[in-house]
Amino acid sequence: MSTDTQAPPTYAIEAVDVRRSYAMDGMQVEALRGITLGIAEGEYVAVTGPSGSGKSTLMHLLGALDRPSSGRLLIGGQDTTSLDDAGLARVRGSEIGFVFQSFQLLARTDAQDNVALPLVYRGVGRTERRQRAVAALEAVGLGHRLSHRPTQLSGGEQQRVAIARALVGEPRLVLADEPTGNLDSANGHEVLNVLEQLNRERGVAVVLVTHDADVAARANRLIRMRDGLVVADEIQRRQESRGEQEVQGRRTPQLARTPQGGRTPQGGRETDGGQEAQHGQVLAIRSPAPSPSPSPSPTPSRSPAPTPSPSSDVPDIPGQPR
Amino acid sequence: MKPWEALRLAADALRANRLRSLLTMVGVIIGVAAVVVLVAIGGGAKAEVENEVEGLGSNIVFIVPGKFQFGTTPSLSPLRLSDVQVAARIAGSTQDVTAVVDSGENVTAGQNSFFATVQGVTQNFDVVFNRPLAEGSYLTSADVTTSARVVVLGANVASTLFPNEDPVGRTTAIDGVSFRVVGVAQAQGSAFGVTQDSNVDIPITEAQLLFGINTVQSIEVKAQNPDQIGALSTDLVSALQSEYTGVQFSAVTQSQILGTIGKILSLLTLVLAAIAGISLLVGGVGVSNIMLVGVRERTREIGLRKALGARQRDVVLQFLVEAVTLTAVGGVIGIGLGVGTSAAVGAFSPLPTNIAWWSPALAFGVSVFVGVLFGVVPARRAGRLDPVAALRTD
Ligand SMILES: Nc1ncnc2c1ncn2[C@@H]1O[C@H](COP(=O)(O)OP(=O)(O)OP(=O)(O)O)[C@@H](O)[C@H]1O
Ligand SMILES: [Mg+2]
Repeated sequence: MSTDTQAPPTYAIEAVDVRRSYAMDGMQVEALRGITLGIAEGEYVAVTGPSGSGKSTLMHLLGALDRPSSGRLLIGGQDTTSLDDAGLARVRGSEIGFVFQSFQLLARTDAQDNVALPLVYRGVGRTERRQRAVAALEAVGLGHRLSHRPTQLSGGEQQRVAIARALVGEPRLVLADEPTGNLDSANGHEVLNVLEQLNRERGVAVVLVTHDADVAARANRLIRMRDGLVVADEIQRRQESRGEQEVQGRRTPQLARTPQGGRTPQGGRETDGGQEAQHGQVLAIRSPAPSPSPSPSPTPSRSPAPTPSPSSDVPDIPGQPR
Repeated sequence: MKPWEALRLAADALRANRLRSLLTMVGVIIGVAAVVVLVAIGGGAKAEVENEVEGLGSNIVFIVPGKFQFGTTPSLSPLRLSDVQVAARIAGSTQDVTAVVDSGENVTAGQNSFFATVQGVTQNFDVVFNRPLAEGSYLTSADVTTSARVVVLGANVASTLFPNEDPVGRTTAIDGVSFRVVGVAQAQGSAFGVTQDSNVDIPITEAQLLFGINTVQSIEVKAQNPDQIGALSTDLVSALQSEYTGVQFSAVTQSQILGTIGKILSLLTLVLAAIAGISLLVGGVGVSNIMLVGVRERTREIGLRKALGARQRDVVLQFLVEAVTLTAVGGVIGIGLGVGTSAAVGAFSPLPTNIAWWSPALAFGVSVFVGVLFGVVPARRAGRLDPVAALRTD
C-alpha cells in the first residue's frame, strides 16, 4: 500500500480549509478555524496541542464522524461533502479505523466479537467475520484472548483489541485519539508498538493524538495545533522506541533535508521551527519542542522510512492554495 | 446490516437484561392473555347459547304479534286458541303445532314453594319442544278441552316441592288453585339462568282462566325439515294477517334467534377484547418507556456502532427489532398463559370457554404491531444520535 512512484500521489485523506464551529448559547465557538492538510497513505502522524486546541474535533472530521461547517474533506480521493448519512457511515466502515482513549469495547461481548463488529455493518457473514477477527487479534498479539471479555483483559490488552477492531476492515487510515491516555506507560508502550508495527508492516496510515512528547517523538510527522489552527506540521526523524529494537532491522535508504523556513500547509503561514513537510521522507530536523527522548543517541541510519519515495517524487503539500 | 443480525442483537440485548425484559413484557403478557381468555369466554358463551337454543327443538317457527325484536316488550296479542287450527291447516299436521301463554307464579306444595314460569300449553308442546318426561305422562287433549287442573312439573320445581317423595299423583297449588301432578319433565340444564327446568306446564285453557285472558301469546309450529321453514313462515304470517287485518305478525325462527343472540354475544366479546386490548396498549407504553431508557443507557454503544460504520437505519432497525422481539415474545407467553387460563376456566368454573383459532393469531399480530408502534420513537431517537456526542457520554 505504499505510494506509487509513477502515479500521482494519493492521500489517504485530505482536508481543505476545514472549519468547524459550534453554536453555544447563541455564541459561535470556533473549534477549527481553517485547516488544510493531507495524510499520505502509510504515514504515521502525531497530533499534539494544548487541551481545547481542536485535536479531537479534527479527528472526528477526518474520520467522517462529523461534518465540517465549511471546507472539504476527501477520504481516499472521494469528496465527503456530498455524502449523505449512509454514505458517511460506509466511509467510516470501510476506510477508517478508530481507536479511542477509553477503548469503547462492548462490555458483554468477547474480544472476537468486539473485533468483528465493524464487519456486521459491511454485510460480512458470521463465519468470515469471526475468522477475520481471529486474524486481526493475532496481528496484535492477542490470538490467545479470543473469548475474553473486556473486563477480563488488562487495559493494554483492551486497547489492542480496539486496535484489532480498527484494523479488521482493512482501512486506509487509523485514527487514534489519545490511545494511551488511559494506560500506564508500560501498557502504553505495548499499544504504541502494535500501532507502529501495523503501520510499518501493513502500510496503514496512522494519525495519533497525544499529549505525550515521547509518543509524539515516535511519529514521522508531527502536527501541532493551537486554537483551532495547525501551527506546525513537520516531518521528523522517527525516534526508536525501547521495545522495538529487535523488530526494526530495516535500513533507511537515504535521508533528505529540506530548506529551512518552508511553508506549512496552512496557506503560507510561517511556523516557528516548522519545516516544509514532505511526504514519504524522513527528515532529521530540530524538534520545536525538545523531546525528552528515551533513546540516548538516536542513530539516523536506523530510522525507518514509512514510504520509500525518492525525494524527486515528493508530492506537493495537499491543500496548497490552487 | 442484515435483518437476522438485528434479531441476534435483540436476543442478546434482551438476554443481557433478563429480569427487566421479563418485567417489561408483563404488560404485554397480561394484555394478550386477557384478550385470549375473554374472547374464549365470549366464544364459549356464544357456543353454549347456540347449543341451548338448538336444544329447544329443531325447526320451530314462533308466531308472535308485532315486529320481532330483542329487548322490546311484545305487543298485546290478538291470537286465539282457534288460531292453532289455522296454523295446523297450513302446517298440514296438528301434531306439530302448539300455543303458549305464560306467567310467573308461586307454586306451592305443603310448606314448600317455588316461583315458576307457569306456561299454559296444548298437548303437543312436549313434541314440538322435545320435552321428554322423567315420569308420569304429559298433558292430553282431553286435559286441554276440559281445562283439567293437572300439571307437569319441571325438574327443579319437582325436586323443590317434593324433595322426598314421588310428585306424581300429589297436589300443588298455583295461585291458590289446586292442581294434580301428572308428570315430571327430565332435567335439561340451563343457559344463563334460563331453564325449562323451572317451568310448570298446565293446559292452556286452564291457564287462560287462571290468568284471566282469552288470547294466546304465541303459536309454535315445527317444520318437517329446515327447507320448509321459509315457506311455512310466510304462509303462517299471511294467513294470520288476512284473519286479523291491520295487525302485524312475525315468524321468528331459531336461526333468527341464534343470529340475534350471536350478534349480541359477538358484540359483547368485542367489547371485552377491546377492554383487554387497552391493557395491551398500556403494556406497549411500558415497552416504549424501557426502550427509551435502553437507548439512553446505550448511547455510547450507539455512537460506537456508528463510528464503526452503522448507518442510521441499521441503528433504527436494531432497536425496532428489539422492541418487536420484546412484545412478540411477550405475546407468545401471553397466548400460552391465555390458552392455559381459558382451559382452566372451562374446566373448573361454570363459564364455558371456546378458543377460536383466530384469537391467538390476532393477539400475536397485535403484540407485534404494538412493538412497532411503541418501538419506533425510541428507535428513531437512537438512529438520529450524533455519534460524536454519543461517544462522549458516560
Ligand atoms: N459539542 C461541542 N459544543 C461546543 N463546543 C465544543 C463541542 N465540542 C468541542 N467544542 C469546543 O471545541 C474546542 C476543541 O475541542 P476538542 O475536543 O477538539 O479539543 P482537544 O484538542 O481534543 O482537547 P483535549 O486535548 O482536551 O482532548 C474546545 O474549545 C471545545 O470546548
Ligand atoms: Mg480531545
